[in-house]
Amino acid sequence: MAHTADHYYVPHGSHWPIIASIALTTGVVGAALWFNGHASGEMVLFIGLALVAFMMFGWFGTVINESLKGMYNEQVDRSFRQGMMWFIFSEVMFFAAFFGALFYARELAVPWLLGEGAKFATHDYLWPNFSEAWPTNGPGGVGGQFETVGAWGIPALNTLLLLTSGVTITLAHWALKAGDRTKTVLWLIATVALGAIFLGFQAYEYIHAYHELNLTLESGIYGSTFFMLTGFHGFHVTIGTAMLLVITIRAAKGHFTADNHFAFEGVAWYWHFVDVVWLGLFIFVYVL
Amino acid sequence: MTTATATHDDHHDHGPAKGLMRWITTTNHKDIGTLYLLFALIMFFIGGAMAMVIRAELFQPGMQIVDPQFFNSMTTVHALLMIFGAVMPAFTGLANWLIPMQIGAPDMALPRMNNFSFWILPFAFTLLLSTFFMSGGGPAGGWTLYPPLSLQMGDGFPFLIFAIHLAGISSIMGSINVIVTILNMRAPGMTLMKMPLFCWTWLITAYLLIATMPVLAGAVTMLLTDKFAGTSFFNAAGGGDPVMFQHIFWFFGHPEVYILILPAFGIISAIVPTFARKPLFGYSSMVYATASIAFLSFIVWAHHMFTVGMPVTGELFFMYATMMIAVPTGVKVFNWVSTMWKGSMTFETPMLFAVGFIMMFTIGGFSGLMLAIAPADFQYHDTYFVVAHFHYVLVTGAIYSIMAATYYWLPKWTGNMYDERLGKIHFWISTISVNLLFFPQHFLGLAGMPRRIPDYSVQFADWNMVSSIGGFIFGASQLLFAYNVYKTVKGGKKATDKVWEGADGLEWTLSSPPPYHSFTEAPVVK
Ligand code: HEM
Ligand SMILES: [Cu+2]
Repeated sequence: MAHTADHYYVPHGSHWPIIASIALTTGVVGAALWFNGHASGEMVLFIGLALVAFMMFGWFGTVINESLKGMYNEQVDRSFRQGMMWFIFSEVMFFAAFFGALFYARELAVPWLLGEGAKFATHDYLWPNFSEAWPTNGPGGVGGQFETVGAWGIPALNTLLLLTSGVTITLAHWALKAGDRTKTVLWLIATVALGAIFLGFQAYEYIHAYHELNLTLESGIYGSTFFMLTGFHGFHVTIGTAMLLVITIRAAKGHFTADNHFAFEGVAWYWHFVDVVWLGLFIFVYVL
Repeated sequence: MTTATATHDDHHDHGPAKGLMRWITTTNHKDIGTLYLLFALIMFFIGGAMAMVIRAELFQPGMQIVDPQFFNSMTTVHALLMIFGAVMPAFTGLANWLIPMQIGAPDMALPRMNNFSFWILPFAFTLLLSTFFMSGGGPAGGWTLYPPLSLQMGDGFPFLIFAIHLAGISSIMGSINVIVTILNMRAPGMTLMKMPLFCWTWLITAYLLIATMPVLAGAVTMLLTDKFAGTSFFNAAGGGDPVMFQHIFWFFGHPEVYILILPAFGIISAIVPTFARKPLFGYSSMVYATASIAFLSFIVWAHHMFTVGMPVTGELFFMYATMMIAVPTGVKVFNWVSTMWKGSMTFETPMLFAVGFIMMFTIGGFSGLMLAIAPADFQYHDTYFVVAHFHYVLVTGAIYSIMAATYYWLPKWTGNMYDERLGKIHFWISTISVNLLFFPQHFLGLAGMPRRIPDYSVQFADWNMVSSIGGFIFGASQLLFAYNVYKTVKGGKKATDKVWEGADGLEWTLSSPPPYHSFTEAPVVK
């Protein structure tokens, strides 16, 4: 059967989606058991995650093979691109929920607890002595005294690292478009390295926060918003770095051409998204 | 894209594979649409059985059948199943079946992801229902999951949260597929402003879903960490605020109610012109009205929270913003009525359901307007008046549109005509009983009967009994629907390709039933 570019493309049936569903379900059941303090939880969670990894290799592997065989036409390529953009949009909205929580807590909830505005009753009747504005762990002092991470140490350095990585991935892209594979791979390696260093710093900062600052996930609303925002961001950087690693290896193996490299661009967009979220974090979590 | 034929990446024939694996591995939009619709029907009956428990308990004052905890889990899970398990998957099933056929495409844009979106659902809802068998029982804090009450659930809590996550992932992927299909797979000449309204309303619905499901995911994640990881998002002692959950939830929740109704608008806009034998009145105003409803739906969420003690500027803003939605909604109702005006109307079952939709959805819209008046809502909030409101928009709105759509397109899908007489009987019994069921709830609410309580004071007894009787009849009459569908799938009078004399659109140019890959040659749209 012919595979010319002006044909619609419909893939045949696939067992990967059902494996994906089973993998995800196993993972969340494991996590749920673990939360409930069930002995088997971690094991089930681990099996689930392993299945997810297996599924991703298998599913993406199939797609990559099909793409290399030239089965995809321009329309498929456009579908992938648009799909990726909408996926990133959904991720943006996920972060928006946590940023929303941060703004609400800082601008409304905590001032109300301090007795401002129309909602003074909670303050007057429950916690008349509460006077601690942001950063705060609330009138109950949940999690105990803590200190915050300063913006101009590691976080500023991390901002620099991520911004630089945004440049290096663009350089890699330009090199790819110019057909220079060596340069593409080198710039990609630089990007991966920057991502990895970022993660290392982030891990160091967390250890520092937990051990020296007594700033933990349980440090009231400050700790909650701080760790959930930076934590989910760090998780996304981890995924992004893994994806970068994959396309680096693919580029080194000779995948991608100057005008056909959806996976590369998808990862690059994702990386820029992670970058932009970090800028928001840097400003609203660390600086302000 | 001028001479397009469908290509496979292997040498399979164009027909479906055989046996169970066909359904598990399928990438075909019709197979997946069928799976979604079947799943929705099953959830509709499970959720319906829970509603029967609720109405049985409320048949008389006093506690008779179930204990309060179980009663509360019935109202909670009934809502979760009906919203996330029945109405949303049913609309997605319709989208799968219809969008490729209506825009002249062979299939959805991302067929494997399409399979994934569906097959997560049975797992998600198994998790949700499994909580009933865990210590502490099923979720009983209401489908809105307000903390701190929702955090008091037993071992099932993390399963509930993850079930919601999985259902959310499914919706997001389904929506990405719909948007990409519509933006990327239209046949040559099928410009956006020539698309059937069902595609338009789904395009906008999908946008709402991608924008709001992640916000729900964020909200329930915060619940999870508040319970298990020591965070204080919704704990005032730690500087958080339980009301914050309500804001985040309803930022999702209000767009969600439009997710549950916009595809219905698209369906009604397809059916009314067919049976009035006139083109839709005001096509472009329908598109703009849909878009403005979607936009407004993001800035009205706190009308669900008028009584939590918002600053008065907030109350006023959300009151006026909510009332503005009545304008585009009114445009739609006006256009449907104008389409019927001087048409040569006939009333086959789909049309009966469509007309029923227009009248009863409007009743729900009016009660919505009453609820939107903040000072009046202080009286109505959390009473049966709210229950009456959302059941008029959801049952006689969303569900009626799904029934209308099923009767309307079933002959196309199966190649067989459904039993018209049975369909009409189904419509009339449903419509009489549904009004018996929900109309008295307006009176109960105005008189002060609170929602989500298993017992009530004796002055509410009469209307509750009427409501329960209506409920039992309505529940039972849905078996007629299931039977009619079953019979049609099995056989019946052969349907023509066009099925309906007044039908218009690409799907009616295909055979009944249509070929496995809808348009292997892209049709040219003039
Ligand atoms: C004219 C348009 C509408 C207006 C002005 C409106 C207004 C409102 C208001 C103010 C409430 C809150 C009542 C309270 O809790 O005190 C409410 C509740 C509700 N509405 Fe609407 N509504 C409209 C249309 C719809 C539609 C189209 C749907 C769904 C298809 C819908 C579904 C709901 C649901 C499910 C609730 C209750 C949520 C809960 O508390 O569990 N509404 N509506
Ligand atoms: Cu609302």
